[in-house]
Amino acid sequence: MDAFWIILTGSFVSISCGLLGSYLILRKMAMVGDAISHAVLPGIVIAFLISGQRDSLTMLVGAGILGVITTFLIEFFHQKGNLQTDASIGVTFTWLFALGIILISVYAGQVDLDQDCVLHGEIAYVPIDLWITASGKIIGPRAVFITGSVMIIVISFIAIGYKELFLTTFDPAFATVIGISTALWHYLLMGAVSLATVASFESVGAILVVALLIAPPATAYLLTEKFRPMLIITVLLGILISISGYYLAVSIDGSIAGAMSTVAGLLFALAFLFSPKEGIIITWLKNQARKKELS
Amino acid sequence: MIQQVEDPAVEVHDLTVTYHKKPVLWDIDLTLPKGAIIGIIGPNGAGKSTLIKAIMNLIPHGSGYVKIFNRDIDEVRDKVSYVPQKESVDWDFPASVMDVVLMGRYAKLGLFKRPRKADKEVALDCLKKVGMDAYKSRQIAQLSGGQQQRVFLARALAQEADIYFMDEPFAGVDAATETAIIELLREMSEKGKTVVVIHHDIQSAMEYFNWIVLLNMRLVASGPTAQTLIPSLLEETYGGKLTLLAEVGNLMQKTEFTGRDKR
Repeated sequence: MDAFWIILTGSFVSISCGLLGSYLILRKMAMVGDAISHAVLPGIVIAFLISGQRDSLTMLVGAGILGVITTFLIEFFHQKGNLQTDASIGVTFTWLFALGIILISVYAGQVDLDQDCVLHGEIAYVPIDLWITASGKIIGPRAVFITGSVMIIVISFIAIGYKELFLTTFDPAFATVIGISTALWHYLLMGAVSLATVASFESVGAILVVALLIAPPATAYLLTEKFRPMLIITVLLGILISISGYYLAVSIDGSIAGAMSTVAGLLFALAFLFSPKEGIIITWLKNQARKKELS
Repeated sequence: MIQQVEDPAVEVHDLTVTYHKKPVLWDIDLTLPKGAIIGIIGPNGAGKSTLIKAIMNLIPHGSGYVKIFNRDIDEVRDKVSYVPQKESVDWDFPASVMDVVLMGRYAKLGLFKRPRKADKEVALDCLKKVGMDAYKSRQIAQLSGGQQQRVFLARALAQEADIYFMDEPFAGVDAATETAIIELLREMSEKGKTVVVIHHDIQSAMEYFNWIVLLNMRLVASGPTAQTLIPSLLEETYGGKLTLLAEVGNLMQKTEFTGRDKR
């Protein structure tokens, strides 16, 4: 049963992250997830300072708010300062992270408070942290419900705004001219990214989230030239990564998150080599065949 | 020579636009007639793209206002369409030709609603008009420059708007595409649509447009082609640059302006 819960949580996280990541890589904002994972630190500290508590919900709210602020600042520097998106991401998350460190050293030096509280979840503990009702009934692992709800929110968001997200990602100027607000959809998307990443950090750990945000969509991008199939392949890859990553970890008795990230990387390497579209081995074979024809 | 018209499609009043506090457009004041094919002409850096972007409210105005069909742009967005420079988007984007043309229908659909059969028929019809119907399932990454331009044009047509702004639709396309596009623009104009085109080539401007806007950071001229494309105004627009002066000279030599494909 433990295996089932872990794989289910992994799949939920990889589906939410992968779907949102597809939009991020097409908007050339792939590093936003990485940025959020660092920039939420001051949010965690401030949430603690205000509430005086270290329970995960308070921390999650603090982290979530900072996640949205981060994406807002990235866009603000990009728009108003005419800074490239990557530079804007780099500046924003480093200073927010530094601000968090200063806040900790000044106000919370005596408390064991760091990113571990929220960021470094461990997917192997998913089956242990159960959700128990007041009457003592065990419903199931908490992480399954959290990541499951997030996945439903993400899928409904994409279902509702499919064409708006598609158009504002491809051609924002045209979208604005015909009356579709680029800013609104940008912030909705970034809000969804913050929600998905912060909620998943706590359940499965930051490294796995950052990997699942980018690797499956990047792999799918190499495998297809159509957008809808790209989303579907991303989802399938996410599930495949969760299952095979788990059993790889079991067989080598290692970290589950590490194994899942490794599988994600391996699948990307396979696609890079053998993709029918522009895999380098396939291209090489085609060129050889052409040479033979000509000689 | 700045001629104003009654009941204009576009009215620009005292428009100034700045980039980083440096003005790129100074005090533009013009009106454009309905149903005309309008060419915006001027040297590089004259602010041609900036002007149409400011009219569509894509970039903020320093001062002044713009009215389209005597209304605020946000009230008539569904009547306004735009053909951006084709370099402005990533053509490696995972989308098919049909996907892109259907974007022209999005304004008419609400949230949740996916394009219906009727929308697809309109889109296919527009692809036929630009001669690209055979490519409807093609991935946009596989298109040539001219084909990309035709797809963008089909997308704008699919919107069934009343005024179209086109940013250099003739840049980097072959002669066949150029002829196809201009014929389409004439057809649109006959149906009462207003078309505003940024253009580079002065010679072809003579036969393509019936209204010309000459721009070089400030408005040099706005009026019917015959009264605006004259050497003195062109010289004022281009500031007497050598190559262009030669071009103007060529124009003067020709007593009548015949189409270059008739040569």
